Amino acid sequence: MKVLVAVKRVIDYNVKVRVKPDHSNVDLANVKMSINPFCEIAVEEAVRLKESGAASEVVVVSIGPKSVQDQIRAAMAMGADRGIWIETAETDLGALSIARLLAQVVRDEQPGLVLLGKQSIDSDNNQTGQMLAAMLDYPQATFASKLTVTGDEAEVTREIDGGLQTLALKLPAVVTTDLRLNEPRYIKLPDIMKAKRKPLAQTSPETLGVTPSAGLKLLSVEPPAERQGGVMVESVAALVDALKNQARVL
Amino acid sequence: MSILVIAEHDNQTLKSATLHALAAATQIGGDVDLLVAGSDCQSVAAEAAAIPGVRKVLVADAPAYGHHLAENVSRLVADLAEGYGYLLTPSTTTGKDFMPRVAAHLVVEQISDVMAVVGPDTFRRPIYAGNAIATVQSSDPIKVMTVRTTSFEAVETSGGSATIESLSQVFEASGTRFVSEALVQSDRPELTSARVVISGGRGLGSADNFAHLYELADKLGAAVGASRAAVDAGYVPNDMQVGQTGKVVAPELYIAVGISGAIQHLAGMKESKVIVAINNDPDAPIFQVADYGLVADLFTALPELIESL
Repeated sequence: MKVLVAVKRVIDYNVKVRVKPDHSNVDLANVKMSINPFCEIAVEEAVRLKESGAASEVVVVSIGPKSVQDQIRAAMAMGADRGIWIETAETDLGALSIARLLAQVVRDEQPGLVLLGKQSIDSDNNQTGQMLAAMLDYPQATFASKLTVTGDEAEVTREIDGGLQTLALKLPAVVTTDLRLNEPRYIKLPDIMKAKRKPLAQTSPETLGVTPSAGLKLLSVEPPAERQGGVMVESVAALVDALKNQARVL
Repeated sequence: MSILVIAEHDNQTLKSATLHALAAATQIGGDVDLLVAGSDCQSVAAEAAAIPGVRKVLVADAPAYGHHLAENVSRLVADLAEGYGYLLTPSTTTGKDFMPRVAAHLVVEQISDVMAVVGPDTFRRPIYAGNAIATVQSSDPIKVMTVRTTSFEAVETSGGSATIESLSQVFEASGTRFVSEALVQSDRPELTSARVVISGGRGLGSADNFAHLYELADKLGAAVGASRAAVDAGYVPNDMQVGQTGKVVAPELYIAVGISGAIQHLAGMKESKVIVAINNDPDAPIFQVADYGLVADLFTALPELIESL
């Protein structure tokens, strides 16, 4: 079984986000970029499926300018076998266009399983996997915290509000990863060297026959309202008094 | 333009998240219909019909909708979409699961986690874990969106008399099978709708020590949450996690105990009305967002607090 993993290049999760002074967007100039943490979990899961014998090949795909090759190479250093780079000038295509591009890659590659992160930590949309599944008419399981593949079926435990839900999906299917699915491995230097020699194919929306749509129009980006700093209380008694008589919440 | 809100429920009662999504619909303005898709869910329909401001309750009652599988619910919603200008559902794990499929079926973008209605086609939503707020405009003929429940006050639940209409369409995908569900049983209020939330962090030190928080919670009628660090350390199950990757809460009173205040946690609770932080580290970032901070050892402060209430 072939596993296709989609990865996104995003601001590193340790970087403090700053809004541009003109409020047009967040400032990404000279900021460390990384593979989206949820996508990294998806790559790790795909590689583990290969290591356990459930998968035969792991293909990683990313969309964007040349810089996204860094994230494809990082995924290959983790163990993906080959990469596909869909070159676009934009870094922020809408989820609908992203899903349409990925759907065409799925039609070409015919993987048994498509793994994606549940959301990217920049736009926080949580849409692409579900849209992709709908376009392909595939079963889906979002927020996966456990994945087992047996024959032509995947059993997925999902983190839902209030607990866990387990679904069985007939393959091919789309699964999106949650935080606790696995802990991605550290990449070692020899693996980075090895990844440089792995095949990376380049394609484009035109070649895939997809014309990206305009998507939502971003009018402005603002920093969130700051909370006013509060007061320090000296004792539990003072705290209870303040909550009762000042804040009046007790 | 009329609006269809897709209700969140467990086939017996309407979840309060629905009331917040209805509030967003009210702000947009127009006739509001409510879809109840489930199995043996007539009691939910009756509850829904009593909500003032709802014109019509559409009920799709079939086993195929019993577990709210995204494949089936999204087909139903897409089938009903014609004639509506907006499709709304709360931004819960259920809503997040099926709504993007609806958008894809209709070939439109989805607007996720709407926190404010600026105009008929313009909305505000958090990005970068709430560290920036984007204002976006949609040119799609149907606006498909999920609503951040903590950003809208719930609508009233009684006094209305909507008509109830039964739907006969059944969409059932063959590729997805429900296996099991393990929901945490609790007598305490739900995290996202509780008036008071008490959360514990790694400072609690062990799963056993969460007992102090439960004791305090029972005194205050509060829900109990946790930071990601406490969840990752195995002290409590993941559905208790408050934060960007867990639940977003905005109670009247939020008490953070032994929580340092990582950005990812703050994103899930900083809209709370009053925030109390108890931590033994005076430099913990949680104190920067707290209305009342107490530097103390939580193992002496908690019993004292429980005692004094």
